[in-house]
Amino acid sequence: MSYPTTWQPPRFFTNPYVRYGVILGVLGYFLLSFLTLDADWQRTLKGIPRAIDIFQRMFPPNFSRWEILVRGVLESVQMALAASFFGMIIAIPVGICAANNLVPKPIYYIGRAFLGISRTFHSIIIAIFFVKIFGFGPLAGVLTLIVDSFSFIGKMVAEDIENMKPGKLEAIRATGASFPKLLIYAVLPPVLPRYIGVSIYRLDANIRHSTVVGIVGAGGIGQTLAASFSRYDYGFSLAILMTIVSLVFLGEFFSNWIRAKLR
Amino acid sequence: MSQTDFKQKYPQIWKRFTPAETLVRYIWYGGIVFIAVWSVSNLDIPWFYFLDAHVQAADLITRMIPPYWPFFLDIIQPLVETLHIATLGTVFTIFLAFPVAILSARNTTFNKTTWFIGRFILVTSRSVNTVVWGLLFVAIFGPGPVAGIFSVAARSIGFVGKLIAEAIEEIDVGAVEAIEATGASKLQILLIGVLPQVMPIILGTIIYRWDINIRESTVLGFVGAGGIGIVLYSSINLFAWHEVSVILVSIFGVVILSEYLSIKARARIT
Repeated sequence: MSYPTTWQPPRFFTNPYVRYGVILGVLGYFLLSFLTLDADWQRTLKGIPRAIDIFQRMFPPNFSRWEILVRGVLESVQMALAASFFGMIIAIPVGICAANNLVPKPIYYIGRAFLGISRTFHSIIIAIFFVKIFGFGPLAGVLTLIVDSFSFIGKMVAEDIENMKPGKLEAIRATGASFPKLLIYAVLPPVLPRYIGVSIYRLDANIRHSTVVGIVGAGGIGQTLAASFSRYDYGFSLAILMTIVSLVFLGEFFSNWIRAKLR
Repeated sequence: MSQTDFKQKYPQIWKRFTPAETLVRYIWYGGIVFIAVWSVSNLDIPWFYFLDAHVQAADLITRMIPPYWPFFLDIIQPLVETLHIATLGTVFTIFLAFPVAILSARNTTFNKTTWFIGRFILVTSRSVNTVVWGLLFVAIFGPGPVAGIFSVAARSIGFVGKLIAEAIEEIDVGAVEAIEATGASKLQILLIGVLPQVMPIILGTIIYRWDINIRESTVLGFVGAGGIGIVLYSSINLFAWHEVSVILVSIFGVVILSEYLSIKARARIT
């Protein structure tokens, strides 16, 4: 038996036909999607000088209308805070209903389907429906973020409950505890730390998302941002974007700090 | 030890927290409730909108059902375009995210300045939503899928880059030192020492992001950046709700399918 003289890194697909087949297939798909793209390349090429022009008009950022900016940002933050709070609360029953080991099968399927549907649609699509039902303004935005939050937190809660060791549940059940007592004494202690961690992460995500639901009229700084773009007021747009970035940065810093403290 | 002392030290009823801890906890709860109440009351929400909300919702549902199924033939092309935007945006991300991740990982960055630049790119990319990037790129490249691809890529760099950077920071140092000891150049160290170790995470993250990107590109059309969103937005503005329901059902199908594919592929990798 001869040993290879050159080293070969371990391959992902051991069969070379499968390997090259997968690579060719993926590359072929990329090429196909690129070629069938309904794009106006002339217009795209014109984009480069336009980009330079836009960036020139963006600098210096225009903070002269800081009152509108502050009001919008405050509204966004309040939307995020309110949505996180209610999302956290709604996530608990939804999460419990979607946990396989706690509830009967029919309720489990309803809970899972509910989480699945609310997670599939982008928050902007959900926002449009709330805008239609509740009219323009922050209310639609808050409701959208609530849906976003409880579907995210609820899914985490359900997974956490399902990953629990069955022994704890059995032990408390064996004492003859009622369902609420089972929740308080068996489910709550192991699930609580991660629930709080996920909720705080969600707060930080909500601050990010609250900047965008405004684009369809659901309140917050996003509305101001979209308006400034459509008015070609790029200096103000950059000011808003810089504020959003620093706000998100602060929010992330805060949520990391709290989550580190909880651990 | 007297009877009362004994009772205080070993109470009959077990309590998890001391009174002081309980107080601190209740202060936290109070603070959280206060923040929530303050936020809601400052948003000046028109509560009377809730009065007829169920009427509005019922109205919407009756308008959406039955869906006008023949419309599906018209939206196949935009749906495919949505997939293309997500895929090509993710492909761009692969090439851009790895260099940025190298800059933002503490053990592979060159110096403090490059580390800061890397982190700055990641934070900026992540804090601006895909749709907001869409606003910018539509202004630059004009409406169409190209703007969509760029906005998907711009948002994904931060997500993918951050996870890769975290993976790079946790690699096995031994392999890198072994390559260093052979006198390899910096590039060779990255390609042979670092890249293979983080490859599964790169692939997993990319596939995960692709699946998120499909969801994101369904709404890019709202700002004119191509895909199914354009059709959805015009159908909504025309109050063609029976078309909207067709679009929503097909978006649901595509998203579920891509999520299923992504979960399968990631299970194969890790």
